[in-house]
Amino acid sequence: MSGLSGATAIVGVAETRLGKVPELGCMQMCVQAAHEAAAEAGIKMSDIDAVLTVDSMAEPFRMHSVVLSEYLGIRPRYSMTNSLGGATHCAMVSHAAAALHAGLCDTVLIATSDKLVTGLTKDQAIAALAENAGHAQYERPYGPMIPAMYALAANRYMHQYGVTPEQMAEVAVVHRRHAGMHPNAQEKTPITREDVLASKPVAMPLRVLDCSLVSDGGGAIIMTRADRARDLKQTPVFLLGVGERHLNEFVHQAPDLTTCGAKDSGEQAFRMAGLAPKDMDVAMLYDCFTITVLLLLEDLGFCPRGEAGAFVESGAIALGGALPVNTHGGLLSHGHPGRPGGVFHIIEAVRQLRGQCDARQVQDAARAFVHGNGGILSTHCSLILGRD
Amino acid sequence: MAETLSLPAPTPTGDSKEYWSAANDGRLILRACRTCGKPMFYPRGHCPACGSGDLEWREASGEGVVHACTIVHRAPDQAFRARAPYVIALVDLKEGPRMMANITDCPPEEVRIGMPVTVWFEARSETIAIPQFRPAQGEKK
Ligand SMILES: [Zn+2]
Repeated sequence: MSGLSGATAIVGVAETRLGKVPELGCMQMCVQAAHEAAAEAGIKMSDIDAVLTVDSMAEPFRMHSVVLSEYLGIRPRYSMTNSLGGATHCAMVSHAAAALHAGLCDTVLIATSDKLVTGLTKDQAIAALAENAGHAQYERPYGPMIPAMYALAANRYMHQYGVTPEQMAEVAVVHRRHAGMHPNAQEKTPITREDVLASKPVAMPLRVLDCSLVSDGGGAIIMTRADRARDLKQTPVFLLGVGERHLNEFVHQAPDLTTCGAKDSGEQAFRMAGLAPKDMDVAMLYDCFTITVLLLLEDLGFCPRGEAGAFVESGAIALGGALPVNTHGGLLSHGHPGRPGGVFHIIEAVRQLRGQCDARQVQDAARAFVHGNGGILSTHCSLILGRD
Repeated sequence: MAETLSLPAPTPTGDSKEYWSAANDGRLILRACRTCGKPMFYPRGHCPACGSGDLEWREASGEGVVHACTIVHRAPDQAFRARAPYVIALVDLKEGPRMMANITDCPPEEVRIGMPVTVWFEARSETIAIPQFRPAQGEKK
């Protein structure tokens, strides 16, 4: 156990509309989420004295967190623009908790948005693509895109453990079914395994329906210390455990393609919380591709090595299963605006623990696991959240 | 729209200029540590295993084995689209380090984990050639 466990709480969350949002500017959308999260928590914008954020591709700024604060009309005493890919939001919750616990600030706003569908000029889209496409000297000359690099991990993983494309496809099917129960999800049309296996090849074994969506959208989170959290409008969701591990950035540098930093980050989070995988009622796992979910389930200890395919096939990750995963539909079906993608996993975990999920509610959910994965299985941050 | 995209030629940096210069001469060289003895990829100014700055260049055999591979159908730009579908692989070099390359001179679907491969060099500009791999001689096509 650590002094950080239970010391801070998430007290407000909000997400913007997802999909195509042409009518809002990118920063405007971020600020809209910030105001909604603050209103939900019952705090005034002027109470916020810490701002953590991620830069956007559609409206990039040299100091994004400072511009966001200026737009909001607040003058924080703690300001940070983070850059850990899909692990960013979990890591920002971790940084926020540490800063709150140390007394560097009292009320934190985490807010991000991007507009990958309607917000990028052709030049920005090309730049975004280049940025995401591996090492400039040792990878990019070979024509990789992010799916190809995850496909390398999938290829190796399937080779070592005999996991099948059908089992991988089931991940996409479950996510789509969950999205169908979320009012704000981008893609709700049910799909079958056959649909996934017949979708266009991107980088084999990954096909279009193994890949996450492309969206406009964003979200916001408000955090404060546990003592203050109890006096606010919402049932507080406490941060019980956190852990990070960053092994490498580039896929050719990965020591082992079938295991990643999640093993370590998860163990740290469980240790801090004094809990184990079996204690989790629901899990929100970064699902940039179907393969990512399989690898994370194993590294985080939710099923034995090499058995994630069978675990998924057994119905375990669907609502009603042993460990419902990404009940909002995840990046695969709820939405993926790029850098803000990881915020929705945290928001959904909070809503599950508050009991606000209606048809997709996991009954009596008291403990939630959230994992952010960035780069090519490169950056990892795990959170354990609980009602008490 | 007049797109004149060509396949990328890397821009050498201080820690890689000898590597790219050798590649342009048709040689694969590896940076290696004189303190702990380990070769590294990619070339760095200090050894990532022990931190030593006492490094040397070593001639690599150019032999390796496919560690993982994918057939890319959706390419990043027009230049690569002309090549698709193509294979991207991680190759474990005989000397130990792992690097990325395309596997050429072979139908994409025949590339397998464990396949022995040999280096060759593809010119990308007048001064830059990049290491590529093809099935080793005697390997069944
Ligand atoms: Zn050394």
